[in-house]
Amino acid sequence: MALQPPDTAIVGVGATPYYPRGESYPQTITELAGRAILAACEDAGLSVKDIDGFAYYSMAGGGYGRSMDTASLMETLGIPEITFTASLTAGGGGSAGSIGLARAAIVAGDATCVVSVMALQQLPQYRLGGVFGKAEPTPEKSFIQPAGLTGPGHLMSVLARRHMHMYGTRREAFAEVAVSTRENALTRPTALRRTPLTLDDYFNARMIAEPLCLYDFCMETDGAVAVLTTSLERARDLRQKPVPVIAAAHGGRREWGRAFSWMGMPEETFASSGHAAVAQRLYGKAGVGPDDIDVALLYDHFTPMVVMQLEDYGFCPKGEGGAFVESGAIRYKGGSIPVNTHGGHLSEGYVIGMTHVREAVEQMRGTAVNQVPDAKLALVSGGPATIPVSGLILGRDA
Amino acid sequence: MSAVLSRALPPERVQIATDHVTEPFWQAARERRLAAPRCADCGHFRLPPTPFCPECQSQKVDWVQLSGRASVFSFSVVRDIPGLDDAVVVAAVVDLPDAPGARLVSNVIDADPDEVRIGMELVVDFSPVSDGWLLPVFRPFTPAVEGKEG
Repeated sequence: MALQPPDTAIVGVGATPYYPRGESYPQTITELAGRAILAACEDAGLSVKDIDGFAYYSMAGGGYGRSMDTASLMETLGIPEITFTASLTAGGGGSAGSIGLARAAIVAGDATCVVSVMALQQLPQYRLGGVFGKAEPTPEKSFIQPAGLTGPGHLMSVLARRHMHMYGTRREAFAEVAVSTRENALTRPTALRRTPLTLDDYFNARMIAEPLCLYDFCMETDGAVAVLTTSLERARDLRQKPVPVIAAAHGGRREWGRAFSWMGMPEETFASSGHAAVAQRLYGKAGVGPDDIDVALLYDHFTPMVVMQLEDYGFCPKGEGGAFVESGAIRYKGGSIPVNTHGGHLSEGYVIGMTHVREAVEQMRGTAVNQVPDAKLALVSGGPATIPVSGLILGRDA
Repeated sequence: MSAVLSRALPPERVQIATDHVTEPFWQAARERRLAAPRCADCGHFRLPPTPFCPECQSQKVDWVQLSGRASVFSFSVVRDIPGLDDAVVVAAVVDLPDAPGARLVSNVIDADPDEVRIGMELVVDFSPVSDGWLLPVFRPFTPAVEGKEG
């Protein structure tokens, strides 16, 4: 299959350190986002004054109850004028898709240098793990909140249970996601968890929402990551080797809809990541298929959703994700499709998906800590969650 | 057999909010009836209640009183609840056989959490929450319960 000629490229990535939950305080959300943006500009060899567009996701939210604001960022960073500022709706499902939003602005001629940014700071009152339990009741939430599924992982444990029931998926598969991801983090200086995780550790850990235990849950961290996208033509004059945007897609079908905030999905969709439709469209736009992908950066808020994304992105047939990961297929060393080579949200840091974009860029530049040899295409996914979910394929410049 | 049977969250920990679309569900529950909205034009059930029928876009609904029978579609066992150290909550997504296509997210109460299974038959009960409302919850269905109900 031939690739579509790319029109845009990622030219800069910047990040703050990743911090355990709450420890980025007393920095503010604007400060964290600003540090990541400045670092991305430095990486690209651009001035922050070159930025003329913002393409957010998660409604420009900086985690639960917080948000970033373009005008505030312009005010403090000295950005003179912007010609595009927009966000994908809903939450972390749009992380990969925010690069598609940046691309759309550039291709439409609405902006020339677009930043996508996420800054997360989980002070006690803004802790994501308790968000569903603490949120003010609404007529819609009153049909789920009373059941006691207080966090996103509690909600997704119900999907995991159904997958186990339908397909015979074992906790060993979830364990393999946790253990293999931790192994990738061991060598990564930015990772917050750099001690080996054993199967014994996994099975001895406390259960949080059965069938899920502590190590099925990602970390609760703070930090910010910013990504700069420009036209491919301009990218070729900048400091870094351009990383072309091969394709991006976001959206989803109503059978997934509000997903685990709804629980009304038909059976096959219920035990899925909700990405199947976006995956199909993404591959179609790119002119490639799962066999062409060399490294997959899959949003790993909870281990079972990695298993289900592997199915929805076609790395294995539907229902066979458990056996597929248990075979060692997602290992950096010896796997057929290395997954989350940076340690993911499970072991490196959780910044609502943007750390996965950062790793995909490093893989395509050839500078990743756990570099996949000769990797030519990287897949990035946004979080399985309320629509939109999203996917992104990055490549290497010819 | 587990020593601790599953329970619902304490009444003071659960608040609900209503609007004109959802209120009939909660008013019925307050009268210890389980009711669901059925499209008055095409007969499609939907939960939670929403303004339009997703099949035919009609806004006309009939509120149908259901039998209260349900079955476990999937569930989670939550033991680590702040302030309720010894409690076990079984959060369940349930199918309603007489409202096909509609589901509720609720609790299985008075069950040994180790005995809860997908497909397990349930029957509705009502558990107090804040402000005088009642929450539909479910307990394992047994012939004894059936006798009492029927």
